[in-house]
Amino acid sequence: MLRRALGLLPRPIAAARARSFSTDLPAAHTADATFMEAWNKVMPNMDPPKTPLSFMHPRPPTPSSIPPKLTVNFVLPYDSELSTKEVDMVIVPATTGQMGVLPGHVATIAELKPGVLSVHEGSETTKYFVSSGFVFIHANSFADIIAVEAVPLDQIDANLVQKGLADFTQKLSSATTELEKAEAQIGIDVHSALNSALTG
Amino acid sequence: MAMAALRREGRRLAPLISPRTITAVRSSPLYPTLEDEGPLGVRHISTQVVRNRMKSVKNIQKITKAMKMVAASKLRAIQTKTENSRGLWQPFTALLGDLPSMSMNKPLICADVKKNVVVTISSDKGLCGGINSTSVKISKGLHKLNSGPEKETKYVILGEKAKAQLVRDSKKDIELIITELQKNPLNYTQVSVLADEILKNVEYDALRIVFNKFQSVVSFVPTVSTVLSTEIVEREAESGGKLVDLDSYEVEGGETKGEILQNLAEFQFSCTMFNAVLENACSEQGARMSAMDSSSRNAGDMLDRLTLTYNRTRQASITTELIEIISGASALEG
Repeated sequence: MLRRALGLLPRPIAAARARSFSTDLPAAHTADATFMEAWNKVMPNMDPPKTPLSFMHPRPPTPSSIPPKLTVNFVLPYDSELSTKEVDMVIVPATTGQMGVLPGHVATIAELKPGVLSVHEGSETTKYFVSSGFVFIHANSFADIIAVEAVPLDQIDANLVQKGLADFTQKLSSATTELEKAEAQIGIDVHSALNSALTG
Repeated sequence: MAMAALRREGRRLAPLISPRTITAVRSSPLYPTLEDEGPLGVRHISTQVVRNRMKSVKNIQKITKAMKMVAASKLRAIQTKTENSRGLWQPFTALLGDLPSMSMNKPLICADVKKNVVVTISSDKGLCGGINSTSVKISKGLHKLNSGPEKETKYVILGEKAKAQLVRDSKKDIELIITELQKNPLNYTQVSVLADEILKNVEYDALRIVFNKFQSVVSFVPTVSTVLSTEIVEREAESGGKLVDLDSYEVEGGETKGEILQNLAEFQFSCTMFNAVLENACSEQGARMSAMDSSSRNAGDMLDRLTLTYNRTRQASITTELIEIISGASALEG
């Protein structure tokens, strides 16, 4: 709650700092000039390679007032689930607990644990189950969520979850080595998170 | 009737011109007379050689066409995958910036980035245009750029082709070679295992991933992604370099900030690698497709030229024979 309250303040902290964030890249600044120069000195016959920055859309600078919507990028290795989508709020399962993100949230880096990610847009709520990943919340009300795996909650089979949970519980009790124990523990964590996501 | 008579005449005359080929002519009436005659048969150009050549060119064309088809179908599958994976690295670049010039822009920091690792991504198979030599050249450039006193740059090589090119002149700098990446279709798990392998075996301050970014079937952009180690990122953020803004981020969870940043750097590497490997595989298929397309077109052109030569020589030899026969006959009559 307090975390959100900080964002709702008229932002004296952010205003005092004239420095820009690494996310607010001016459009012209797409290539690293130092790198280009050094490259041309060493390899004059070859064009310098491109860098990822030149393929990215520049992110807008931090606005002086808090924007009404939060811009969310939600990416998976095999898909971009949400791409610069404007929503009202997202709730992410951080390792420290569920974390609600509203526009104007303080800049944060957080790790994700298995749990439910919900995206609130108007009256609609989309719920995903994410396995793990990271979330970056930038000062310009951008939130980047990177997950290794995510599925919409309605695609999960409750029976299989119960079965998996039972399987891993049995595995944990019969585990002999540390590695087996750790693996079983991870299985139990994921399945119980799934279970609570489905029931709760 | 006339042809048969001419042939008989021809046979009668043949020994006069080349006594050695007489058996060959009898045994294979299909072939025109007097083949491969060397100095004696200078008047008759061999059509056998041309015919063999045509056959081989035709086979080559068949092969290249098939390879093009295979590359095209593989490309389609991998292209969607690649395009879907493009969102993956963008949050990291937005957060941690993009610092290819790290280690050379500031003399103060310079000493810190001692261990550079160039991860060269290439294909296992050839016949795909210049994509492998481009990434090797870029890697060599980066090696040159980042080498100096108290600094070392090592290579990590993915793929057979870059290995073959780099082993020749910088064998001592190669830390790790991984091949046969594309035996199975690429997926994130596989690549993260690979990234883990690299991180475990190689000490680094900065990892530079060199790959060809896919733009279209005919254009690829050699690209370098930089992943910095946690210590460098932290030091840079504290010392007020380009990453100064990272300090303003609140880091949630974990025992220490460093722990989270460590996880973050490793995750960044695996995500960047995943995209890089896919982009390179996609470029490879695209390059192979266009290379095979142009080589089947070349084979077609060559075939046309050879057919022309073949027909012309055949016609020429028939005409010569006719002239010989006719002039011989008229000499006898006269």
